[in-house]
Amino acid sequence: MRRNLIFILMSIEIMLNGTGVAFVAAGSRWGQPDGQIMFLFILAMAAAEVSVGLALVLRLYHLNNSLDADAASEMRG
Amino acid sequence: MEVAFYIAAIVAIVSTVLTITRLNAVHALLYLIVSLLAVAVVFYTMGAPLVAALEVIIYAGAIMVLFVFVVMMLNLGKSAAIAEVQWMQGNIWVGPVLLSAVLIAEIVYLILRARLTEFASGVVDPKQVGLALYGPYLIGVELASMLLLGALVGACHLGRPVHEKAEARYDRNSDGARAHSGGNLIRSGAGRAPDAT
Repeated sequence: MRRNLIFILMSIEIMLNGTGVAFVAAGSRWGQPDGQIMFLFILAMAAAEVSVGLALVLRLYHLNNSLDADAASEMRG
Repeated sequence: MEVAFYIAAIVAIVSTVLTITRLNAVHALLYLIVSLLAVAVVFYTMGAPLVAALEVIIYAGAIMVLFVFVVMMLNLGKSAAIAEVQWMQGNIWVGPVLLSAVLIAEIVYLILRARLTEFASGVVDPKQVGLALYGPYLIGVELASMLLLGALVGACHLGRPVHEKAEARYDRNSDGARAHSGGNLIRSGAGRAPDAT
């Protein structure tokens, strides 16, 4: 199992991209623009998520000197 | 035109599998960029040219640049130069270049030979998307702008320097000391006379 925080964020991007492909394929099947609009919202959400996530990764790396996700299990509050 | 879709889909799947199995973060990022470009070609063959362009511009252009910058920032140190030498050697660039060559041959063929209406069941052009986006989905656009503003403020807050907080914590009469003590003002030293030093 991989616990590198960078790889976790990259895998989240892959999963969001997969849902985007599903939305666009469905929209193309029925010829409606709604699928592409849902993909645009997913795109905005992915951009927001990755900016906050990478800022958190930088903070955790400066705190723990490690990119292991298990190193952050001792946070309190 | 089905063939173009299937070739791009195979390239996307192969590069995504290679992304999640690499051990080096930079190599994984290279394959991830190739994967996003392949998905953009898939969008184009499915009749969604606007989304294909946005996939290249925003995903492969902006979000991946963020990833690359963070990986570069995390590699600062003595071992960074040795790692650079290791990355420049080897034939690790052959895989992404081959997959990208397949994609660029395909996109050149599509632009030169085919019209967009030939190969998609239902082409949704950017005008329809724009009309729907600023018509029934206007509240969604506003919510997305609020989300991006929140992400901006959150990233700005998380990216502030760490040492300012430590100074506030050890300054005995500051508000930061009171907040850090969890409301226990005696333990935080509030109200005591400051040291003569």
